[in-house]
Formats: sequence, structure tokens, C-alpha cells
Amino acid sequence: MENKKTPLFEQHNKLGAKCAPFGGWLMPIQYEGIINEHQWTRNNCAVFDICHMGEFLIQADALSSNLDKILTQNLVGMPLKTCRYGFMLNDNAGIIDDVIIYRIEQNKWMLVVNAATQAADFEHLRKNLARNNVKLENVSNSLAKLDLQGPLSRDVLVAIAGEGILKLDYYAFDYFSVLGENIIISRTGYTGELGFELYVNNDKVIELWNLLLENKKVKPAGLGARDTLRLEVGYPLYGQDINQKTTPLEAGLTSFVDMKKDFIGKTAIEKKQKQGLEKKLCCFQTESRRAPRHDYEIFANNQKIGIVTSGSYSPSLGCGIGMGYLETQITAIGTEIILLLENIKINAKVVKRPFYQKGSLRA
Amino acid sequence: MNVPEGLFYTKEHEWVKIDGNLAKMGISDHAQHELGDITFVELPALHVQCKQFKQIAIIESVKAASDVYAPLSGKISAVNKQVVANPELVNQSPYDQGWLLVIELTEESQLANLMDAETYKNYLKENL
Repeated sequence: MENKKTPLFEQHNKLGAKCAPFGGWLMPIQYEGIINEHQWTRNNCAVFDICHMGEFLIQADALSSNLDKILTQNLVGMPLKTCRYGFMLNDNAGIIDDVIIYRIEQNKWMLVVNAATQAADFEHLRKNLARNNVKLENVSNSLAKLDLQGPLSRDVLVAIAGEGILKLDYYAFDYFSVLGENIIISRTGYTGELGFELYVNNDKVIELWNLLLENKKVKPAGLGARDTLRLEVGYPLYGQDINQKTTPLEAGLTSFVDMKKDFIGKTAIEKKQKQGLEKKLCCFQTESRRAPRHDYEIFANNQKIGIVTSGSYSPSLGCGIGMGYLETQITAIGTEIILLLENIKINAKVVKRPFYQKGSLRA
Repeated sequence: MNVPEGLFYTKEHEWVKIDGNLAKMGISDHAQHELGDITFVELPALHVQCKQFKQIAIIESVKAASDVYAPLSGKISAVNKQVVANPELVNQSPYDQGWLLVIELTEESQLANLMDAETYKNYLKENL
């Protein structure tokens, strides 16, 4: 199947981007270089084309529609105009997707989902939501998404969307008048820096993209930098670090699961809690500039104890960093491990999450 | 892409400069551009034997680890320690400061298996 293109594809070409397939989309991986774009985001402000991600609008009462049962976060207690990070789980507590939930009105929600899982997510919702008094709509094809990330992102956005931006707390959102439209801007992101996500209709996104880039503090950044930025702060990537076979328990993400309410997968989680975990998602750091890579095998005491799920060179730390599932008894901070693939052998050590702790996220 | 005259090239995008029985090698401008930011270079020890088109070094970029192949058979007579300390030299100056190693040739006839600049340019065009 041919990869889809976002409305910004021509803009990326003009900027000399290198593009590659990701989740069924042809996406910009880098413009001037991953390391430069990474550092620019950490120090200034970068804009990312995230139009590949999906958005669903749901009109439903959280409880009577079953929506609250489909998601691991407590929807009933969510204040209006706030977002939550959470999961849709299957009956075995395997992660169908990690999503951001937006409470637009008392009974109106937006779910932001991953590109590759969009169709399966929609089907899961359709199957599990009540039929009556529920409206589920996939608006992914008409709604574009830009991420503006970095310590200067707030200043940049105030100039475009007004001083209301200053009032947005972490994981809050509101409507702002931009280019004559009322658009959702949330204070969220995937970089560990102060940042915002902007949801605009497809027909305005080129104009908004170019408006943001008129500010010399803003540079475009690709999915390459997005990956190194998220990895440095230990955020999981769906399809690599978490999937249908991993649960929030093993991934260390239970703070996004409300065990006080009922939800699909809860029984399986309780069972696993009783049994104990065989593996746990851990962070490790190499002793050199060599990077762990997806699928490298992990050894300790000459025994295979796991596999690398994400890895890269860390531009901020100047060494290799990675995540992977290790056997639970060998996960103590400081444990020495060896990463192997054919003729590559790398010494590494288990470290705390996140790798990078100086982000402006909550500034 | 910069493809200097007077060098020989491989299908895996290494370049070689012949000087008597010594062959200095590195990766082409096209290769460094494709790899993106280079973050790590592993070079062989001195005096190790290498075989034409067999793996001899490893280059890592942010995105991937890639093998580098010996363009000719012989013995390693020099390695560039500068690129080990500063891997970005391979991006900045692939044909000059970013050279990787020197091979003392044992089989000069193997040069016939390599491309000249003109042929490599056409090879790049055909494979883009």
C-alpha cells in the first residue's frame, strides 16, 4: 500500500527534508540533521508535523456509554479542558494503544491516537461503546496536528494566539483564535520540554506552519529528533516499547491506570499483580557513544535476559541510551549488562528513568 | 553529491585513493549524507588483514549502525584516530579529514573491481 502524505508534504520538500515511511505515512525524518534539530528543541523552539496521528471525537456520557471502561484513566473526575495520558487495553491488559484524552465538554471528548493503530482503535471503540446516545467520529482525515516544543514555545505562541496561552497549565487545553479559526491548543507534548499541540483543519495547516516558521526562533524538526527527544525523557513509543503483548505493569506505567474504577483489562492486571512480573521495562546507558538499537539482545552473567525495544545515541548526554524489557530480578539500578548483535558488543548499565532531567516541561 | 576525480569507489559507497602500494579509504559524500549525523566510528587494529568487500569497520549514526567494507585486500597500515574522537569529521569532510584507514595492498589487480568517478556518478544516478 502506498504511504499517505500529510498536507505539509510539499513544504517538507521545499525545506529539503529527508522523508521515510512511518506508520503508513511518508513523514519528514530530518531537515538539517537530527542532532541540530534535537538541540534546537531543547534550547529554543521546534515545530513538528504530526498530522499522521489520529483524532476521534466522541459525544457520550462517560459512564453510560462505557467510554470510561474502555480507557484506564478516570474520565468522570476529569475537569473540563484538561487532558490525560492513558491506555486502551485488551482483556489480557495488553496495550491496544496509548492515547491522550481531551475533555472538551461534560459529554464531549477527543481521543488522540497513534497513526498505525488508528483503524484498530476505532474498531475497538465501536465494538465496546454503547449504541444509544453515543456519537463516535473519526476526524483524522480533516484535522491536522502540529507540535510546537521547546523552552521558547510559549513566547512564540503568545504572539500568534494571544495571552490566553500563558494561562494554560500542564495538560490543560483551550480554544484559541488563530488565522480566523477557533482551534484547540493543549499544553502537551512528547519531548520533555515546555510545549504545545495545535489542532487545526487541514486547509489551514500550511498557513499555520509557515506562520510559525516566520519566527526565527522556530525551526522545523522531524521524526528523527522527536524520537531522540522522547527517548531521553523515557517516554515509550507504541509499537516498540509497548504493544498488545505488554501491559502497563511491565512498562512501569501504572500511574496512568486508575485501579479504583472498572475498565477492560483490570482483572488481568490484578491477576498479574498477584503473580508477580517476569519482566520490566528498564532504561540503560552505554559507556561509549555507541547506541543500543531495536532488537539487540541483552545479556547479564552470560545469560540472555531481554531485548532492546528502543535505542539511540543521546545528543544531550553524549552516550548511547536505550530501553528494553529485562527479567525482573536483574533490573536494579547499576546492573551491568551487555548488548549484542552479530559483531557488535556494547557495555551498558541500568539507570533511572528519565535519562535527561533538565527539560523545561513544567516551566 | 561531491564525487572527486582520481578516486575509486565501491558499490557500498566507500572511496579509495591509491598511492603506490597504499590505499587510503573512507566513505563517500553520498554515504555520509544518507547516514546523517555520525556519532561513532569503530576502526580495526593496526596490521590486521582485510579482504576485499568484507566488513572492516562500523559507523553509527543517530538512526543506525552500518558496516564499512574493505575496498581492497591487504593489511591495515594506519587508522584515523581523529574520527574516533570526532565522528562528525566523516560528515564534515568525508574525503579529507574524515578518512578512515590505510590498507597496504596485496592484490593490485582487485582495482579492476572498483568504479572510477564517472562510473560511480552514473551508479548513484541509477540507484537513487
